[in-house]
Amino acid sequence: MFEYVWLIPLFPLIGVVINGLFGKKIKNEMIIGGIASLAVFGSFLVSCGILVQLLGMPGEERHFEKTIFTWIQSGTFKADVGFLIDPLSCVMLMVVTGAGFLIHLYSIGYMHGEEGFYRYFTYLNLFVFSMLLLVTGNNLLLMFVGWEGVGLCSYLLIGYYFHKKSAGDAGKKAFVMNRVGDFGFLLGLFTLFWYMGSTHNVWTINFRELASHADMLPVGGVVTAITLFFFIGATGKSAQIPLYTWLPDAMEGPTPVSALIHAATMVTAGVYMIARMNFIYIKSPTTLLVIACVGAATALFAATIGTAQNDIKRVLAYSTVSQLGYMFLAMGVGAFGAGVFHLMTHAFFKACLFLGSGSVIHAMHHALHHEHSDADPQDMRNMGGLRKKMPITFWTFLIATIAIAGIPGFAGFFSKDEILWQAFSNPHHGEMNIVLWLAGACAAGLTAFYMFRLVFMTFFGKTRLSDKAYHHLHESPFVIVFPLIVLAALSMFGGYLGVPKVLSEFFTGGAFPNYLEHFLDPVFAYSTNFMAHSGHGEGHHSVALEWGLMGGSVLIACGGIAFAWALYIAYPAIPGRIVATFPVLHRAVYNKWYVDEIYDFMIVNPCKAFSNFLWKGFDVVIVDGVVNGVAAVVRGLSGLLRHVQTGLVHNYAFSMALGVVVIVGCYLFR
Amino acid sequence: MSQTLPLLSILTFTPLIGAILLLFVNKNSHGVLRTVAMVVSVLTFVLSLPLISGYNGAGTAPGNIGGFQFIEKVPWIAAGPFQMNYQLGIDGISLWLVILATFIMPIAILSTWTAVEEKVKEYMICLLLLEVGMIGTFVSLDLFLFYIYWEVMLIPMYFIIGIWGGKNKIYAAVKFFIYTMVGSLLMLVALIVLYFKAGGGDFNILRFYDLTLDPASQTWLFLAFALAFAIKVPMFPLHTWLPDAHTEAPTAGSVILAAVLLKMGTYGYVRFAMPLFPDATATFTPLIATLSVIGIVYASLVAMVQADVKKLVAYSSVAHLGFVMLGIFALNTQGITGGMLQMLNHGVSTGALFLIVGFIYERRHTRLITDFGGLAKQMPVFAVMFMIVTFSSIGLPGTNGFVGEFLVLLGAFQSSLRWYAIIATSGVILSAVYMLWMFQRVMFGELKNPKNQVLKDLNAREVIIMLPLLFLIFFMGVYPRPFIDSMAPSIDRLIKQTTKNQVAKIAPAAAAMLAVPAAQAATAAPGAPAEAGAPAATGAPAEAGAAAAPAATAATAAAAAAPHGAEPAPAAHEVK
Repeated sequence: MFEYVWLIPLFPLIGVVINGLFGKKIKNEMIIGGIASLAVFGSFLVSCGILVQLLGMPGEERHFEKTIFTWIQSGTFKADVGFLIDPLSCVMLMVVTGAGFLIHLYSIGYMHGEEGFYRYFTYLNLFVFSMLLLVTGNNLLLMFVGWEGVGLCSYLLIGYYFHKKSAGDAGKKAFVMNRVGDFGFLLGLFTLFWYMGSTHNVWTINFRELASHADMLPVGGVVTAITLFFFIGATGKSAQIPLYTWLPDAMEGPTPVSALIHAATMVTAGVYMIARMNFIYIKSPTTLLVIACVGAATALFAATIGTAQNDIKRVLAYSTVSQLGYMFLAMGVGAFGAGVFHLMTHAFFKACLFLGSGSVIHAMHHALHHEHSDADPQDMRNMGGLRKKMPITFWTFLIATIAIAGIPGFAGFFSKDEILWQAFSNPHHGEMNIVLWLAGACAAGLTAFYMFRLVFMTFFGKTRLSDKAYHHLHESPFVIVFPLIVLAALSMFGGYLGVPKVLSEFFTGGAFPNYLEHFLDPVFAYSTNFMAHSGHGEGHHSVALEWGLMGGSVLIACGGIAFAWALYIAYPAIPGRIVATFPVLHRAVYNKWYVDEIYDFMIVNPCKAFSNFLWKGFDVVIVDGVVNGVAAVVRGLSGLLRHVQTGLVHNYAFSMALGVVVIVGCYLFR
Repeated sequence: MSQTLPLLSILTFTPLIGAILLLFVNKNSHGVLRTVAMVVSVLTFVLSLPLISGYNGAGTAPGNIGGFQFIEKVPWIAAGPFQMNYQLGIDGISLWLVILATFIMPIAILSTWTAVEEKVKEYMICLLLLEVGMIGTFVSLDLFLFYIYWEVMLIPMYFIIGIWGGKNKIYAAVKFFIYTMVGSLLMLVALIVLYFKAGGGDFNILRFYDLTLDPASQTWLFLAFALAFAIKVPMFPLHTWLPDAHTEAPTAGSVILAAVLLKMGTYGYVRFAMPLFPDATATFTPLIATLSVIGIVYASLVAMVQADVKKLVAYSSVAHLGFVMLGIFALNTQGITGGMLQMLNHGVSTGALFLIVGFIYERRHTRLITDFGGLAKQMPVFAVMFMIVTFSSIGLPGTNGFVGEFLVLLGAFQSSLRWYAIIATSGVILSAVYMLWMFQRVMFGELKNPKNQVLKDLNAREVIIMLPLLFLIFFMGVYPRPFIDSMAPSIDRLIKQTTKNQVAKIAPAAAAMLAVPAAQAATAAPGAPAEAGAPAATGAPAEAGAAAAPAATAATAAAAAAPHGAEPAPAAHEVK
């Protein structure tokens, strides 16, 4: 199966070509959507085959590389188009093709009747293609191709409704912010390549070759610069502070796009990149601390904003930013496996949540349409009581919400708890650990609160729709609810792939291993060994402490849920009163702490003003001023000289006479 | 390849014959005039194709002199001691520029099919004469001949802007002419001085390569050449003629100006200014790199706030050419390869952008961004093409723009220009800002303006014009190997040429500069092979046979100048 790895990105590319060139002529939605979905399903099947083959091999031999052709070769620099299969890329492949396929399927129903249906599926296939390049590329540059490619597709899909100005703005913002990140990525690549080449004569950007020379990387110093550069790239792509503001705006795109690109796959690229280069990151304690702090801060900060949003998709968007923060927290504390685990479970429940919200918006849209109301179908203040009308959507949504809130037994609990435990017990950050843990735990409480707030406002209570509109509300078609069911099931059971040791020992006497961790072990082996050798092995923390923290985080989550219940079910008058009591605070949170405005004020506007000055002040006045000035002087001088050559004989005669007088005069009075 | 056919001469004069043919066509039969010009330009392109297959990158082909092939040499003017030859030849560097010129020409002519209705005959003649000048400039190996073609090129372009241009055409044409002329005259003076320094004889450029000039005359000669080329590139702050020339020129003029004429400047650096004056090159590298980087950032910022699409594209050209200059002055394989690729990429992408602007200008007779908006709905095919070209200009991986830009930055980062490279890398952000903002305002949003609501999408002719460019955008992005591979030997030779003389001549400044990488290699990784000290190492063996003694002195000088008393690194070993 390994030999056919190139088929994985090829299928979606074929989809792009067919739908892109002929989609407009095909017209039939089932054929267009069918081709696109089938293409991704093909990739999914090949990925499954690869997974099976990988599992059949001994742990340390689980890697495979296939080079298709040499893309760029110049001097010592060489970049191939080649694929790397190992447990990490395999996990990513399953997530991308699996979630990708379900979301393609869902889109057939969701995008029904949209203008430019073929365009949508072309972009979506192109996205899957780029994402697959990103996760299977065997070198940094090919990863970068995918990295930029997903950014492009994100731009195209956010701006799908391009006639809306807000959509165009959001797409551009996403691309530009990602480019800021790419700037960091490129510098990281340059520095790494130059350092390894010029000091160790290892001229390569191939991941496995770099990994095999990882011993040459010093601790700190240049490695800190390299890793920080790459991390800038990650903050752009994965929407971390300070480059996160594009992600909430990205909700301008169609909802399935938000599910696929802005929740399940693309935004996790930064996490994948750090996991892929863990052997470099482990060498820089400074960078790890920066990543952990940025991750924890983002997790907490975005969660606060999530509590005050009324747009159902915006709540989920801030939730995504916050959950990505958790993944980076995991990376920053050296818990690469836990981060990838959370990446996976998050893909399940967040895709489910986004698709569920899409189902709600879809139904709301039709209901409001019947009533000729122009109320916002995404505003939760217009919803309420939807669970009776949309039972499947409700139950799947509830399961995913429980999963993200961290209730034991569901997927999110295992991965989030693993991260919190590692944040507390990791050997890297000493005193900072408690702060990191606290930030993570608080964010967990807020997450439970805002997610259940969303559920309560949307599905519970009395509806705030008119009777007529409520009457027209109905459950979405099968193509839409089927992916919801699958994803809800994964949100329920997906966590059992990574059951922590302490739970496994308690409940099954250790008979139920942590599959995912063992599977990923070889990828992170270098980092694990490095830590063990540098005397920072596994910390010695008591089992009781682990139980205690676990209990604590569960309690915090339950507290968040109870609070949401109190505020939005039991005493619905309270939120209004809170807003009235703290108007400034509410306005600040509601307006996302005014970060966009601050960026505009500090960066965007000065930049425009400065550019205008350069153009109108420097280019036109100074440079052209000099140029035209020289011309004017020449013209002026020649204007003077012109009087010498008038073509009139008496003038010449006069000057001749004058000349004679002067010469004679000089001679006489010498 | 049969060396008996004077392929390069045939190539150069085919358009001339075409122009002469046009003289005999009735000036009112526009169809015939256009067809003849088109056929001639296509024929020229077809005739240029054997160059690709016939060119042997390894340089072992028969008839290969100093890395050049398809050599033709005929005594031309012999006036006493002055010996001017008609000498032509191409290497991997000029090969692709010739192809670029012959490739762009039919596209440019086809693009004017309906745009120019006045004085069609003269227009077509001008275009064909321009092609003669362009090809001639790239294939000349005789400095004097080069200069003649350089000037030949100037005149038709002057007319194209001045006669068929927009509102402010006279100002733009005169500005273009005077700017270029100032540079050319300085170059002419420098050329004559160089000739006498060489002790007379002929103007064969290959002969001049072997000269060793004293640093002072190198400096002055370099400055004269560099100024002429910098105007042509154009480099900041000599760039202001470009936005004017572009905005006023007709579409075909803009396309050719951007795609080919600007490359004359950068080509001049790699063919003349750098290999002829290696010490001066080393001395002025920081200055040129500074101006290039300012050009990148400055032009990007200014492009951002332009109200006129064509001006925006013109400023983006200045930024792109900044990358080219940074790459070639990095003076290592990746930098120069990237710079060369970027020249071709810029020809394709910016050429395509000017065509795009031409398409909407022809429909709406305005280029102001605010007059548009929402065109994507009305012109879907145009939208797709515009978007692809936009992303190619931004340098998205998978398109041509990326490969060149990446190699430039990678090369510069590894040279002494590391800090410049870091600033230049910010250009990737800025290019996205100005291009996407413009794209959004022109193509996205609501289709409000009633004049835009009746716009027609591209017709078959326009699609045909764009297709070859779009193909190249992807081909050069996905498989740049054929280009890189055939350039590589010539680029290696250029690097040797430019660094050889530096070693041989013991200019203290140059020796110190060389010693730095060598010392870095020695201190950072004792025993590491010579890669890091590449300039010294590659330069030395070439010199070893001819002038062993000076080379050895140079190496010792280099070592002495190196800090921390580094051991005389690779260069000295190679000389023994």
